[in-house]
Amino acid sequence: MTNIKSKLGWKLATAVLGAAVVAGSFAASAVAKDWGKFQVEDRRSGYTYMTDETRDVQNDDFENPGMLWVENGQSLWSTKMGSAGKSCASCHADADKDMKGVAPSYPKYNAKMGKMETLEQRINRDIVEKMGGKALKFDSKEMLSLMTYVGKISSGMPVNVKVDGPAAPFFAKGKAFYYQRRGQLDMSCANCHEDNPGKLIRANTLSEGQINGFPTYRLKWQKPGSVHRRFKGCNKNVRAKPFKRGSDEYVNLELYVKWRGRGLPTETPSVRN
Amino acid sequence: MAKARVKAPKKAKAGDIVTIKTLITHKMESGRRKNKKTGKLIPRHIIDKFTAKFNGETFFSSDWHGAVSANPYMSFSYRVEKSGEFEFIWHDEKGEETVKKTKLTVA
Repeated sequence: MTNIKSKLGWKLATAVLGAAVVAGSFAASAVAKDWGKFQVEDRRSGYTYMTDETRDVQNDDFENPGMLWVENGQSLWSTKMGSAGKSCASCHADADKDMKGVAPSYPKYNAKMGKMETLEQRINRDIVEKMGGKALKFDSKEMLSLMTYVGKISSGMPVNVKVDGPAAPFFAKGKAFYYQRRGQLDMSCANCHEDNPGKLIRANTLSEGQINGFPTYRLKWQKPGSVHRRFKGCNKNVRAKPFKRGSDEYVNLELYVKWRGRGLPTETPSVRN
Repeated sequence: MAKARVKAPKKAKAGDIVTIKTLITHKMESGRRKNKKTGKLIPRHIIDKFTAKFNGETFFSSDWHGAVSANPYMSFSYRVEKSGEFEFIWHDEKGEETVKKTKLTVA
């Protein structure tokens, strides 16, 4: 009995080895592929890890369901919100010009607050202070619409966040978070996204965890989602207690992760699985 | 109310076969998801019928059932003969209808 078992074990082992070698050669050919603008040096956008079908959905501006939120954001831009009777367009009338290059440059350092600020928080600051409205939740329909709209305006522009000067200590904190093992599974962001991109984690292909396409329309979510929603999901997956959306921990991490994708094109609203 | 997008040509020649693309926001609630807090099933609520008409005459329609994704996309083709108006109708299980119209001129 034990003999048979061990023989079977050997057969299985060789089969697994064979599969691993095949997988390895596939991975090698994937590396050699020219990804054009979706690759900068050794950094590849999540786009390159998707299937052709998913990429097709993103490529066609009409088929891309994220564009529904972009259109909604466009009409929200000139909708009055709050007691001051102002809309976004009251100050930024020509959004196509005024908001160009904004999305790829956030999170930014805010001297008044003495810390980093994400684009969501920046939008909320205007809504509360200038328009007399109520702050929007990160993953509310309105916020996602405004975020995808502002992001789409900078479509194709390279990610370019400032990490020196006053942002440096926050960048360091974000980096520390990225390499900090956490949760019951004792895994850091780097264990998956730096060490194993391109490999399968259960049924999902791991990407490098680039956030150049956020808010991204995730097929699993069936709607767009914020970067912090994604962070929360990852933290839950390693059985760690997630932080809140907009918490300092996630804002600093967003800065660091965004910097990891420096030079990659802004793809908002990207489509991922 | 759902928000629909339609991409249909405004001008075409008689005899042309044109491709029409449509997209609509809809949750397409499957009826199998549970409310995380109460544990109760969320009742099914999907679009069950899509119709495309030209000058009031139906030229394409489809019945939708479960397992259609949220925010469904539909594309189909049409042979142009004369000028007129397209009408696209999404009918959902609660009887709500979203209608979108576009005009087509034969050049």
